[in-house]
Parts: sequence; C-alpha cells; structure tokens
Amino acid sequence: MNVSVASSPHFSNMKQGTRQMMVDVILALIPTIAVSVWIFGWYSILHIGICVLTCSLTELVWKKLAGMPASVSDASGPLTGVILALSLPWSAPIYVSVLGSIFAIAIGKMIFGGLGMNLFNPAMVGRAFVMLSFAGALGASAYVYDGAPADALTQATPLTVARDVATAQEFPGLWPLLIGKTNGSLGETSSLAILLGGIFLCVRRTAAWQIPTGVVLGAVIPAAFFELLGFTAITAFDHLFAGSLLFGAFFIATDPVSSPITPKGKWIFGVGIGILIMILRTFSSYPEGVMFAVLLMNSVVPLLNRWTIPTPVGGSFPEKPNA
Amino acid sequence: MAGILPENPVYRQLLGLCPVLAVTNSLKPALTMAAATAFVLICANIMVSLLRHLLKPHLRILVFTLTIATFVTVADKLLAAFLYDMSKELGPYVPLIIVNCLIISRCEACSSKEPLWPSIVDALGQGVGFTLALGSLAFVRELLGMGSLLGFQVLPSSFPTWGILVLPPGAFLTLGVLLGTVNWWSARKS
Repeated sequence: MNVSVASSPHFSNMKQGTRQMMVDVILALIPTIAVSVWIFGWYSILHIGICVLTCSLTELVWKKLAGMPASVSDASGPLTGVILALSLPWSAPIYVSVLGSIFAIAIGKMIFGGLGMNLFNPAMVGRAFVMLSFAGALGASAYVYDGAPADALTQATPLTVARDVATAQEFPGLWPLLIGKTNGSLGETSSLAILLGGIFLCVRRTAAWQIPTGVVLGAVIPAAFFELLGFTAITAFDHLFAGSLLFGAFFIATDPVSSPITPKGKWIFGVGIGILIMILRTFSSYPEGVMFAVLLMNSVVPLLNRWTIPTPVGGSFPEKPNA
Repeated sequence: MAGILPENPVYRQLLGLCPVLAVTNSLKPALTMAAATAFVLICANIMVSLLRHLLKPHLRILVFTLTIATFVTVADKLLAAFLYDMSKELGPYVPLIIVNCLIISRCEACSSKEPLWPSIVDALGQGVGFTLALGSLAFVRELLGMGSLLGFQVLPSSFPTWGILVLPPGAFLTLGVLLGTVNWWSARKS
C-alpha cells in the first residue's frame, strides 16, 4: 500500500491556496476600485498601477538577489500594492507611491523572510513610512484641492472636518459616506462598496469574520461614550462610516499573515484595533488612526496566539514538569 | 588595524550602538562624537597597556572604568570649552562614552594583554572603524533626511526630504539596511 504522509497544514480543499485567497481579496476590492475611479478619475488608476508594478518588481528583484525562486505568482505582492495605493491620498506625488511600495515589500515583508513570515502588515508599513517621511505632502491638505476633478475633492476629509466643533456642521451626511461621494484616501470613501467586498470575503472565509466584527464593536462602543462625554463632535454612527475604519476592518486587519490564528485571538485583535482607532481619532494629532492601530495590534499577535491556544477535545495537555 | 573594515566595531561586532543610534541624525555631531570616542579609546588603551602588569584579575574592570572615566571627563571638558554649541547638542552622550562597550572590550581583549605599540595600532583601527560607521550612517540620514551634508544644502530644495530618517526610527532603519548590505556584500565576496 502506498500512503503519502505530509506535514500539516492539511487542506481539505486543495484549491484554496495562497493564490486563491489573494485573488479573492482582489475580486472583493473591485467595487471599491470602481468607486475610486468614479470619484478620483485617473489618479486612482495611476496610483494603483504604480504601486502594483513597484511592489511586484521589488519582490522579484529581492527574490532574485536572495536566490529564492523569483516569481510573484502567489499574487500577494501585487495585492499589497493595491491596498497601499487605496490607502494613499489622491494627490500623493509619484515618488510616494514608488518609495512606499519598495519599503512595504522590502522592509515590511521580504526582510522577515517573505510571505508568511512578516510580523506587520506590509502595506501599512509602507504607508507609515511615507506618512512619517513626507508629512507635508500627505497631510490633511493633500486631500483638498480647488478645481479638483470631482466636487467632493474640494472639501476636507470628513474626519478632518469632524475634529473641530466649528466645522463639524460641514460633516457630510450618511448617504455621501455610503456611496463614496466624499473626500478621503483613494479606497476609503464608499462604505457600501467596502461592505459589499468585505461580506464577500467573509462568506468565502478568506477573511475571518471575527476580525471586522471585532473592529466595528471595538470602535462603536467607545465612540458612543466619547460622544456622550463630548470628546468628539460626530456620532458613533458617523465614526463607523467615515474614514478608513471599514476599509481597515475588512481588508487591512484581516491579512491572514499578520493577524492571530486562533478564534479568540482574532476577537481580541479586532476589538483592540477598534478601540485604538477611536482613541487615536479622538486624542491624537492625526484625524485617522487605522494605520497605527493595525500596526500596534500586529505587534502583539504572537502574544495573542500564545495566550489563546484552544483546548483540544479531551482536555488540555498536561504541563511539563520543567516548563 | 583589522578594526577598520574586517572587524568594524559597529558593522561587525555591533558594539557601541548607543551613540550610533543617538547622534547620527547629521554628520557634524556624528563626527564630533566619533572623534571624542576615538580619543578616549586611544588614551585608555595606552594607559591600560602601560598598567597591564599591575592589573589584578578581580580589579581589572574597575581600573578600566576609572581610566576611561578620566579621559571622558577630559574630552567632555575640552568640548565644553572649545565647541560649546556642539557640547550642548551632544548633551549626555559624551559622558556616556564611559559605558561604551567598545572601549571596555578593547581594553579587555587587547591592551590589557598586549604591549604598547600593538595597543595603539588596535585603538587607531577601532577608532577609524567607529568613525567610518558613524559617518556613513550620518551621511545617509542627513543627505536623505535634510538634503544637506555637514549643514550645507547639497540637494536641490525641491527634493522631498525623508523626514523619518532624522527621527529616532530612522536610526534603526538606516543601521539595519546598512548592516544588511554589508553582510550581503561580504557573503557574496566569500
């Protein structure tokens, strides 16, 4: 008898490999990308193109130099590019996209040993680098531009408006936030498009549903408290749909590499991100906090994985005497 | 003399990283710091080498530290007297040379066992290597972070400066990238 024994993980469905997951995410991003092209015109295509190209090239060059099989066929490099591009302001200079992509792949991913080894979400590492380096070119004023291609772009972003009680009256209503007729990063404007793609991901089980649910709960509850206490000028509901909270919850936090593997860990991870987002939005000098919230929670993922090891059926393993 | 490149204190031995990370956001403080460290290193090595026959094993670290502390005080007061602004800018990092592990490690590994001349050569090599390391790090950080070198604007003002490199995380990033490059390069050579 010929039995082949393989080491874990044992897939029940061999089709669901890394490539399939990444392609799923790109499919789920199609509504978001469509809205982004509708609102921001060719800036959106430009940035996505540059980021995908640079990310793929960086990964190829690195793998070639490191003597690894040089290919980007698992689609994770291009996906990092898409997510990075969608998190940039539309007026970002081209060097920002290029440097952000190189940094995301080289420092965010390959330096740890490539896909599956990285501690932090590569796209957010790249974004943090360009945001801190080129604060002038990417600050709140980068979003606003008189004579921009669409009316929405002549306003400040909803969260920038909401920071000041005096301007909070200009906060757009729920409808513009849902369909995306408002200003913001390339991919964060339309909550409806994000929800559509996000729910598709959760149904396909490409994304763990615990994480986005955790983020939403973790953000809405403190937001309601902050609203009651008068720390923030807009309602908890507005906080949920404005900015990149939903985009972060469904597409950034759910990165399978940099999020916990246990169900309980995923809950803690999601809720932690949600609470951090609200703390950063309310008390930090930035209007938005999704990036730093995700990076901070990424750094405790190994700890969460260790804390939340599930008990196997039949009881836990006996403690080793000297462990 | 192996300290210049093959046994570079920063890139090979990862010693003395506190000033490497703290004062390399531009070239001027980095070079001043490197000069002060090299001065202390050479003087301490000479002194310890001359004292080596009197050293008792259980007291040697104490003697090293006192010797180093003496020369650090000299360097600190010299800086304060002649380069007052620089002394202010470097702040506590000059007195902290006392605990720079590079100097103690050279005293222990070399000058407490070797005669005077090899000790001086060794200290010179390590000092030059340390200067090279601090200089290269500060070169990258000042050039990309502020577009200038030694305080002179060298890149056109339209160049987008990489603000993060001047901040503390930039030190870790630059050191990591340079270290990786050095390792990769030497791995390819062999």
